[in-house]
Amino acid sequence: MKNQAISWEVKDGVIELRLHRAPSNELGSLSLQELEQFVAVLDDLERESHALIIHSQMSSGFCAGADLRELQERSSAMQTPRALEGVRGFLERIHRALNRIDASPLTTIASVHGVTFGGGLELALVCDLIIADKTTRFAFPELRLGLIPGFGGIPRLKRDVGNAVIRDLLLTGRSFNATKAQQIGLVSQVVAEGEALRTARATAAQLAKFDRYTAATAKRFIKPIPYDELKREIDIFCDLFSRPAVQQGLKKFVESKDAQPYLP
Amino acid sequence: MPTAEQTLDEILNLAAAHFKVPREKLSPDDDFFKTLGIDSLQTLDLLTKLENHFRVELPDYELQGVNDFRTLASKIQVRL
Repeated sequence: MKNQAISWEVKDGVIELRLHRAPSNELGSLSLQELEQFVAVLDDLERESHALIIHSQMSSGFCAGADLRELQERSSAMQTPRALEGVRGFLERIHRALNRIDASPLTTIASVHGVTFGGGLELALVCDLIIADKTTRFAFPELRLGLIPGFGGIPRLKRDVGNAVIRDLLLTGRSFNATKAQQIGLVSQVVAEGEALRTARATAAQLAKFDRYTAATAKRFIKPIPYDELKREIDIFCDLFSRPAVQQGLKKFVESKDAQPYLP
Repeated sequence: MPTAEQTLDEILNLAAAHFKVPREKLSPDDDFFKTLGIDSLQTLDLLTKLENHFRVELPDYELQGVNDFRTLASKIQVRL
């Protein structure tokens, strides 16, 4: 299925979900709509597959996160209560889609490179394995806007790494590279520049040797989905979003001419 | 441990090779945003290259306001 932002195909029992929205796969309403289309057919795709790979075709990276320009335009055009309603609705929809992929019985692999920030990191965290090339940088820069990650990032990161690492990422907003990400247990394999997808495909081929039911059972046992915390994250995000500082932060970011606007 | 001058020289060599700019066109006090013509994403790319090359971690907030190779070298030097 070929769409404008997110496309997919099944090849040799592996679903490949491609992100290809310029400039850096920012996640906005178009991406969400197409992600929902993918999730709607996932039951059918899963019947003929044993693995799912999510990767980006954009040279800049896996995904730069939420589409802040769209978020700012949408929210500044509305009164606060309506803007909040819109943001909550958007978050609930993206959580539904990501929770569905998280709960997939298939083994899922994020093949990442370059910028993997905010919502991009949250999308990667949905997957069972992250394979990163050496150009990858991970960050949760949301605090610079007066927000926390809203697509399930913190509950899912808590599932995978220690609390001190999360505090470092979240409270400093700094980015770190693939080698560091592997040291802390976030990334399973680090490969040379441009080699992540090939490695993900080789890993997916290996997974085909295992019994599907056993693999799915093992995954359910070891990877619980933190539904309560995910719901709480939406509440906290919406509370923070209603503060004037957030509107100012969003406006400042989208109008920035700074060479390093991602810096907190 | 390399000297500060050696670190600076390595950064200039690395930047020249990565961004395909003749090495002789780069000077320690150049504004690298202007000389290399790089944007924020390419700056991140340079940061990753430097971290991998020198095997150090460089928190991006330490680089805020840094725009010349000499200051960049000093930030790396204290982490070697």
